[in-house]
Amino acid sequence: MTRVSLGRAGRLLGAALLGLLGATLLAACGPTRGPATLILYNGQHPETTDALVSAFERQTGIQVAVRSNDEDILADQIVQEGRSSPADIIYTENSPALEYLQGEHLLASVTPATLAAVPAKYSSPESDWVGVSARVSVMVYNTKQLSASELPKSVLGLADHRWKGLLGIAPGETDFQPIITSIVHRYGKAAAVAWLKGIQANAGSHVYPDNETIAARVNSGQIAIGIINHYYWYRLRAEVGSAQMHSAIAFFRPRDPGYVLDVSGAAVLKSSAHKAEAEKFLAFLVSRQGQRILANSPSFEYPLRPGVAAAPALRPLASLRPAEVSVAQLGDGAEAVALLHQVQLL
Amino acid sequence: MAILASEVELPGSVRVRRRVPRGLLVASCLVAALLLLPLAFLLLEARQVGWAQLFGLLFRQLTLTLLVNLVGLAVVVTALAAGIGTGAAWLVERTDLPGRRLLALLLVLPLAVPDFVVAFGWVSLLPAVSGYGGAVLVMTAGLYPLVYLPVSASLRGADPTQEETARTLGLGPGRTFWRVTLRQVRPTILAGCLLVSLALLAEYGAFEILGYQTFTTEIFTEFQVGFNAPAACALSLVVVLIGLLVLLGEGTLRDRGRMARTAHNSRRAGPRLQLRRWRWPAVAALALVVAVALGMPIGVVLYWLVRGGSSTLPQSASVGSAAGHTVLYSAAAAAIATILALPVALLACRSPERGVRLLERSTYIVQGLPGLVIALALVFFALHYLPFVYQTSGLLIGAYAILFFPLAYVAVRASVLQAPVALEEVARSLGRSPWQVRWRVTLPLVAPGLAAAFCLVFLSAVTELTATLVLVPTGVQTLATQFWAYTGNVSYGAAAPYAAAMVAISIVPGILLGRWFDRRPAQLGAPR
Repeated sequence: MTRVSLGRAGRLLGAALLGLLGATLLAACGPTRGPATLILYNGQHPETTDALVSAFERQTGIQVAVRSNDEDILADQIVQEGRSSPADIIYTENSPALEYLQGEHLLASVTPATLAAVPAKYSSPESDWVGVSARVSVMVYNTKQLSASELPKSVLGLADHRWKGLLGIAPGETDFQPIITSIVHRYGKAAAVAWLKGIQANAGSHVYPDNETIAARVNSGQIAIGIINHYYWYRLRAEVGSAQMHSAIAFFRPRDPGYVLDVSGAAVLKSSAHKAEAEKFLAFLVSRQGQRILANSPSFEYPLRPGVAAAPALRPLASLRPAEVSVAQLGDGAEAVALLHQVQLL
Repeated sequence: MAILASEVELPGSVRVRRRVPRGLLVASCLVAALLLLPLAFLLLEARQVGWAQLFGLLFRQLTLTLLVNLVGLAVVVTALAAGIGTGAAWLVERTDLPGRRLLALLLVLPLAVPDFVVAFGWVSLLPAVSGYGGAVLVMTAGLYPLVYLPVSASLRGADPTQEETARTLGLGPGRTFWRVTLRQVRPTILAGCLLVSLALLAEYGAFEILGYQTFTTEIFTEFQVGFNAPAACALSLVVVLIGLLVLLGEGTLRDRGRMARTAHNSRRAGPRLQLRRWRWPAVAALALVVAVALGMPIGVVLYWLVRGGSSTLPQSASVGSAAGHTVLYSAAAAAIATILALPVALLACRSPERGVRLLERSTYIVQGLPGLVIALALVFFALHYLPFVYQTSGLLIGAYAILFFPLAYVAVRASVLQAPVALEEVARSLGRSPWQVRWRVTLPLVAPGLAAAFCLVFLSAVTELTATLVLVPTGVQTLATQFWAYTGNVSYGAAAPYAAAMVAISIVPGILLGRWFDRRPAQLGAPR
């Protein structure tokens, strides 16, 4: 029997496995947390949130543990967790996820003082969540392939046959649904379906997962034009440098349904056991200090608090002329998703 | 030992009917039950939606498009991976290829590079690499080691006598390869192909970056676009079905024969084939494979480390802490998956009754399921039945172990199948109890397979993203989640250190995996 034995390496491996199992069990017993650690479910870009969280922690001494994921998956998770949700706050990139949670009656009311920090049109009409920052949808086009004068004036123009093979789309991107909803709001469902079919035909195989990809593909000339939220272009420029930019952004005509202002917001959960501290975090997000952090971060979003200016590179918020569609009308995006299913883009 | 073993004549054709060991059966049933949890979740969700709506979601143009996309990719990538993996293994193991020891190592290492890092590498530098062509390139480059590794081990362990006999009987080197060598390693190639196709079914990150639409990307999108669990679950059921078909196909093709060399001295290195004027073309071909699969992604990570303009480079402490968690979770999951695979493999190989085979097959189902679905299933069951484990690292580790169980299983099964039963029977006849035999005889014999299983699961878990995002304890980051956070923000420079750390962590098990296969056969009952 001596020849067939585990050998030193085998015994080491065995010991290592057992040790790991032990470590796992210990780890599984859970982290020890102080009573006042807030749990933030974060659908915003983690870099932006981290900057805000560390400033908040320094100012108040309240610790915040961040859980980042796609906002819709987080919203679904909160619905599944129901009353026993460990989350205190949810902070999202877009309003539909918040509207969805509001519809499920899972959000607590935001205090009037916090709501008063930003114009009422950017927050929930039911006062369940507060608007924090905003982005605007624009065209991004490759400057080697197109000149500004060739661009369509309206988002509807992108369904024109002229853009066949030139257009790229991201139907699964959360930022895309508000545009559909906005078109439905202005021109009706049939027009929205016709438009979706048009851009589907024009895009062909240029169907991408997100805005980042569209911005990068337009910049590299794979496609000539696409719709993105403005900040992805600025972030790309900050990352690769101006010399590497072969693209530009352009606005649709004022009040065009493609010219949508998307609001990022935050809410306290009804099930939170730390509502007072969570409320402090919301207040911090819309405070002058919080809004300045947002404005100066490399995120290139528009702060919503009056008197806090956006990054100088951006066209000022006050001069924007977005479509007249409210956050309540944008809703939870379910209708837009149904239309995407109908035309088989999803 | 060797003499004893060779004296005992127990040809594989003689089936000794034995009772199914009860302990193993119970353990295997528990493992299977655990692995079927995600499927149970899917069926629960499906029932909630109603079959009528499900059919509506399934039978439409998009499903067909996704199916065509997936099958078109799976067939080509599996064939390419089988060709490259087997060819490379043969060159390294059977010829006088210059630099074969270094190449043997480099050929395994692409396993250590996450597929989404490869995809990110190509796309961020050459955006033309996308869609179908890009997916074929990236996935072949990332997955061929899953064929190369077992085949080279198999070749090293295979009895060279048959090849030598063929040569002395006048068969040329080419025909010897086709008619003898290939036949010897055919089950191993098939097992490798199975791994490749199953990995393709489950891949998400790379396809997302490449803009190639398959079920996984679409399932993720359905969750993402808003609270659409029914559509996602419907598509997941299709993936389960495809996974079962793949398994069925592999099961039909698989050689059921049990081959084990009983005499120890029959394992020795045969003379290597002289490549002569094909030496350098062969080296160039393998170097090209290594350059595409390993050089390119590592080069791009280094490029972004140096060139990236992200204003806020992450602190090194955060890379260290993310790396620590990644290693802990992945290693624990690898250990658990390996331990879970052992009883099932022992049962399936030693008592292959029909019911047992069904049990065995059922454990493969999870491989077809996207990580996100498995994560949501665990969220559901944890919240309902074990609320105290919710969002603890234990649940995440459990998810990894479930998610990557089939990888562990394939490796463990291969080594159990190749361990000579005769040795166990001798030990039994010498009066040892079944558990003593398992501990003293079987375990050492299958140890290489266990190590390979551990490394395979570890390598995959290090790069897991979608399940991690859902289940990781709040406030904890892993390398994959941080990489995702920064690339989602177009901060390529900031993402690069995390990619580099992932590669660095994976290199050790990658090398171990190669080394272990390299060394063990000389000492132990070897895989064949």
